[in-house]
Amino acid sequence: MSKTRSTPHLGLVPRLLLGISLLVVSGLASADYALNFQKPVTAIGHKLLELHNLIIIICVVIFVIVFGVMFYSIFAHRKSRGVKPAKFHGSATLEVVWTIIPFLILVAMAVPSTATLLEMDDVSKSELTVKVTGYQWKWKYDYPDQDVSFFSNLATPRAQIENKEKKGEHYLLEVDNPIVLPVGKKVRFVVTANDVLHAWWVPALGVKKDAIPGFVNEMWAKIEEPGIYRGQCAELCGKDHGYMPIVVQAVSPEEFDKWVSVQKDQAAKAAADSSKTLSKDELIERGKKVFATTCAACHGPNGEGVGPFPKMAGSKVANGPLPAHINIVVKGKPGTAMAAFGAQLNDLDLAAVITYERNGFGNKAGDVVHAKRIPG
Amino acid sequence: MATAHHDEHPSGIMRWLTTTNHKDIGTLYLVFAFTMAIVGGIMSLVIRSELWQPGLQIVDPHFFNQMTTVHALVMIFGFVMPAFTGLANWQIPLMIGAPDMALPRMNNWSFWILPFAATLLMLSLFMPGGGPAGGWTLYPPLNVQQSGPGVDFTILSIHMLGISSILGSINIIATVLNMRAPGMTLMKMPMFAWGWFITAFLLIASLPVLAGAVTMLLTDRHFGTHFFDAAYGGDPVLFQHVFWFFGHPEVYILVLPAFGVFSTIIPTFARKPLFGYETMVYATASIAFLSFIVWAHHMYTVGMPLQGELFFMYATMLIAVPTGVKVFNWVSTMWRGAMTFETPMLWAIGGVFIFTIGGLSGLMLSITPADFQYHDTYFVVAHFHYVIIGGSVFGLFGAVSYWLPKWTGHMYNETLGKWHFWLTMIGFNLTFFPQHFLGLAGMPRRIPDYSLQFVEFNQWSTIGAFMTIAAQLIFFYYAMQSIRAGQKATSQVWEGAEGLEWTVPSPPPYHTFATPPKVK
Amino acid sequence: MSAANGGYYLPNPSPWPIVTSAGLFSLALGFVLAINGVGFGKWIAIVGAAILIWVMFRWFGEVIGESEGGKYNAQVDRSFRWGMSWFIFSEVMFFAAFFGALFYVRHWAGPWLGDTELLWPGFDFHWPSAGPKGPIAIEPDMTPAASQFSPMGAWGIPAINTAILLSSGATITWAHWGLLKSNRAQLITGLFLTVALGVTFLSLQAFEYIHAYTAMGLTMKTGIYGATFFMLTGFHGFHVTLGTIMLIVILGRALKGHFRPDHHFGFEAVAWYWHFVDVVWLFLFIFVYWF
Ligand code: HEA
Ligand code: HEA
Ligand code: HEC
Ligand code: CUA
Ligand SMILES: [Cu+2]
Repeated sequence: MSKTRSTPHLGLVPRLLLGISLLVVSGLASADYALNFQKPVTAIGHKLLELHNLIIIICVVIFVIVFGVMFYSIFAHRKSRGVKPAKFHGSATLEVVWTIIPFLILVAMAVPSTATLLEMDDVSKSELTVKVTGYQWKWKYDYPDQDVSFFSNLATPRAQIENKEKKGEHYLLEVDNPIVLPVGKKVRFVVTANDVLHAWWVPALGVKKDAIPGFVNEMWAKIEEPGIYRGQCAELCGKDHGYMPIVVQAVSPEEFDKWVSVQKDQAAKAAADSSKTLSKDELIERGKKVFATTCAACHGPNGEGVGPFPKMAGSKVANGPLPAHINIVVKGKPGTAMAAFGAQLNDLDLAAVITYERNGFGNKAGDVVHAKRIPG
Repeated sequence: MATAHHDEHPSGIMRWLTTTNHKDIGTLYLVFAFTMAIVGGIMSLVIRSELWQPGLQIVDPHFFNQMTTVHALVMIFGFVMPAFTGLANWQIPLMIGAPDMALPRMNNWSFWILPFAATLLMLSLFMPGGGPAGGWTLYPPLNVQQSGPGVDFTILSIHMLGISSILGSINIIATVLNMRAPGMTLMKMPMFAWGWFITAFLLIASLPVLAGAVTMLLTDRHFGTHFFDAAYGGDPVLFQHVFWFFGHPEVYILVLPAFGVFSTIIPTFARKPLFGYETMVYATASIAFLSFIVWAHHMYTVGMPLQGELFFMYATMLIAVPTGVKVFNWVSTMWRGAMTFETPMLWAIGGVFIFTIGGLSGLMLSITPADFQYHDTYFVVAHFHYVIIGGSVFGLFGAVSYWLPKWTGHMYNETLGKWHFWLTMIGFNLTFFPQHFLGLAGMPRRIPDYSLQFVEFNQWSTIGAFMTIAAQLIFFYYAMQSIRAGQKATSQVWEGAEGLEWTVPSPPPYHTFATPPKVK
Repeated sequence: MSAANGGYYLPNPSPWPIVTSAGLFSLALGFVLAINGVGFGKWIAIVGAAILIWVMFRWFGEVIGESEGGKYNAQVDRSFRWGMSWFIFSEVMFFAAFFGALFYVRHWAGPWLGDTELLWPGFDFHWPSAGPKGPIAIEPDMTPAASQFSPMGAWGIPAINTAILLSSGATITWAHWGLLKSNRAQLITGLFLTVALGVTFLSLQAFEYIHAYTAMGLTMKTGIYGATFFMLTGFHGFHVTLGTIMLIVILGRALKGHFRPDHHFGFEAVAWYWHFVDVVWLFLFIFVYWF
């Protein structure tokens, strides 16, 4: 048989399709699905949402027209209705028309887009600057003019991730130290990274920029209302890319100032702390905590190593001469994921974590490292 | 008509290992592509299974990233590109009345590089440190940092795949320019040959640039250069520019041959000539040209100077114009035709439909400020699966069902063909339509775990993925059936089909058009 | 299939493609293992390279035999020409990637780094540069101290090499004229001179590299300057090497009496390739050495 066949009546398959699409529609209607952007809280965020809604509507209209015509044709110009094919195969007029009209639509879309882009690009007249640095896998925030600086780590417990515990409401979108920002002020972000590419993205603020080691990017936001806004790292940065959330706590300017002074007090206390001499047990205790927050992501909660990252249990370095061990932790190993933790931890924490590594996980080096052993 | 030659060719396995015949090589390509599609499909199931619910269930994050990376590389370089090269091998000589490809021995070489390159890529998964885990875009510094030989295997594999595609493209260009039957001017050439001809130029202009990019990555990894290290004057973003100079043309490499397929199938089943043939050619050429000046729309968030962002936004938006012309011309071809809806036509219509959804979301992505929200979210994942699967993969299935009776000499089972189409169509939409919403609501791509508001849509998506893959068993079954047995196909096969390939018997003799046909 | 009746020559089934691919695989596999510190890797690579070289002899030998055996008609010849031209075009694009990288770092990334006081205080960008943490560039031809390097000047060896490559372009054209008017002596002399110039070029470049590594503090690792310099000139040198080997092959064929005035694609392909290498060099001379 070489001649074509036609399918005159609604076959089993189309009927199935109809059924399933009805199911999908009713499913969508019943559940509380997020179908669009999160609620924006900055002027730029509102503009982006409007722009997005505009272009999506244009696209849907185009889609409906084009496929309205196509499906009409499929319905009306089918051989089974006994039609004879027409012979035409071109029309210069038509083709010019449907080159020019889309072009004009594009121009109409480009105008508001350009305006929004220009506005986003203008970081001048900012009232507060925050430096955002991406690390594998945490964020560091510096307020250069306030002299405040801290790391922000994922706060979701390991047990929730491993399904051993019920997941909390803000599963994966919670951190130990959120970035605190005043509302109503134009905040300039200076974004960079320490190791690989990351991207700082908080949807409600309408900002996303790549964090690139060695370069800085700028962007700004002026938050309209106090609240907690959550985002995530948006550029693949290795194993725990999915575990690098951002939490912004927007507060009134007064609360912000209060927060700054509390931060300063705490920093002073921590600095005093770091010159203390602890006993071996205290060091190991402290080191264990540091290891869990800072090192476990790569070397495993029990020092067993993860994927390509070496294990600490039985490691040649952790069981070998002390200077090499101090060196790799403080200076890192360039070209690998092992960062220079001298720039991230204070001397006491470094001493503690090294002591812990040399005594924990069944390691036998057994020596104690005090903060003053850590090279400046 | 073809004169059958009774050439000696080795039998059994040696026939396939040493063949210089375009039909044999086409078959090899298609079989290879099918195998890789299954491999890449299984990897996508690993991804989708891990994403069935939040938390870590099946794989660890490092392996998840390897799956994402290798899934993409396998699908693009192992499945879609070779599959279309296979089609080109089978069809271009038949369609332009040539005895074979212009350089038959090199043709065999282009093919045989592929399995070896794929082996290299697969080996990487078993190396200490695992396979490449930094995304198919291989961005530094992450891919410089990753330890173990996995990334190096990938780089060398890409070099080999690149050589294969460049040689294949050279062959296609030489064939089209030099082997057309007398009387077949360029402007009488079938659209499928046109689509491939232009694609071949995209390939030879872009793949060497990719080779350069990954070479720099390799020397940064092992030979102490600092192309991507700011401390020594380099820049990670440099890699992105070079990569996307290749990467954007690459996406049209994936889709232009499929456009050619749509332009072949739709007139056949509308029983009406293609609307605006010449404009179709010019539109394809414009898309190809524009594709070289839009690459930075993949990197709006890297912090380019404002003028750059504007230029790349405008240029990218412009691509909608020639692509729109193509869509309108397909619709006009159907208009007042006398349509029937056999499997190939279903794929073509479904393909245009799905592709346009993806094209429109692409247009949304091209708007720089809006892309700041979409970038690196599932909205992008949804976009490109719509264009790639709607465009390339539907085009492929359309082409295979259209020409299968010609190749095997047997009709396939039309009912099974329709089932395959509808199940794939539904499964595909179920997989990827919800991903638009996930992206808009803020789910980043390339994550193995997600927060709780994304659960439902991810589950739709996972169900859809299993359904889509399961549907492919039907394809395998009906293709095998048509190879083995089935109703004899005539040489014409489809009532409305036109072109030289329908003048030779089904299946065609081993050598066709040894004496070139005359084209009016 | 034969071309006796004027048809297009279709080669018989051939084992060479798959063997070549296996050789390539072995080369790549061994190379990756070797650079990752696996000792036997280099043996796998050497076997791969040996297979490649051996196959090339056989494969090209077969093609040359077919060509001299008169199996290729004018249409086949045209296929080869299209093939070679577009192959060269793909090579041009390969170099374009590296030139693009050079322009990008010189005109964009470098100045940005110079402006980024926040991360690189005190760093001013001037080409040649090895970046904020790399060694400092001094004037060409001075002896660098520790943490300094001396960039490559244009007017020593590079200028001589420019002259050499330009004249080699002339000698190969002269050889071609010889071939066209069946003056075998001119063909062979011209080819011989071209090979000699190619070898001289390569020797001078080798000398330049050794000097850079030993006396100028300039290596692949010398920041972005060293990286772009050695990548561009290195890949060019590699192509000159290939070109020279190809020239030697056609010199050998010319000595055996191959090529006719109306049928000498092999010669022309090599000549085109040589001109391509020549033109790339001019760009190198201008953008890498001079400015
Ligand atoms: C087959 C492959 C293919 C094709 C054809 C396309 C087509 C297009 N793509 Fe897509 N794209 C990809 C594959 C493809 N893309 C991939 C793989 C990625 C991600 C890579 C990665 O990061 O991993 C990507 C990512 C991507 C991005 C980056 C997103 C991001 O990372 O933030 C952008 C941004 O501009 C983009 C835009 C476009 C546009 C404008 C088109 C246009 O060509 C579409 C044109 C078509 C239409 C517009 C529809 C038909 C036209 C009409 C009906 C006419 C009327 C219309 C109007 C007037 C509006 N694509
Ligand atoms: C050709 C390209 C292609 C194809 C076909 C697919 C097919 C599929 N892809 Fe994928 N995908 C990519 C290219 C492709 N993908 C790319 C480039 C990325 C980005 C990677 C990155 O971030 O680095 C990606 C990423 C990606 C993600 C995001 C991962 C992440 O961000 O972590 C997901 C998640 O759901 C996904 C799922 C799927 C699924 C369920 C399918 C299913 O549809 C699969 C179903 C199978 C088929 C449709 C194939 C059928 C074909 C045959 C049976 C062969 C027929 C043979 C012949 C005709 C010869 N893909
Ligand atoms: C981002 C991932 C990552 C984090 C976080 C990390 N490391 Fe490492 N670490 C590595 C990698 C990768 C290596 C192996 C480097 C190499 O190739 O030699 C390594 C090596 C080491 C070694 C040497 C082990 C050996 O046997 O060679 C020590 C000791 C070490 N790390 C301690 C630490 C400490 C202490 C911390 C936390 C304060 C830490 N690491 C955090 C990735 C990491
Ligand atoms: Cu940090 Cu992704
Ligand atoms: Cu693109």
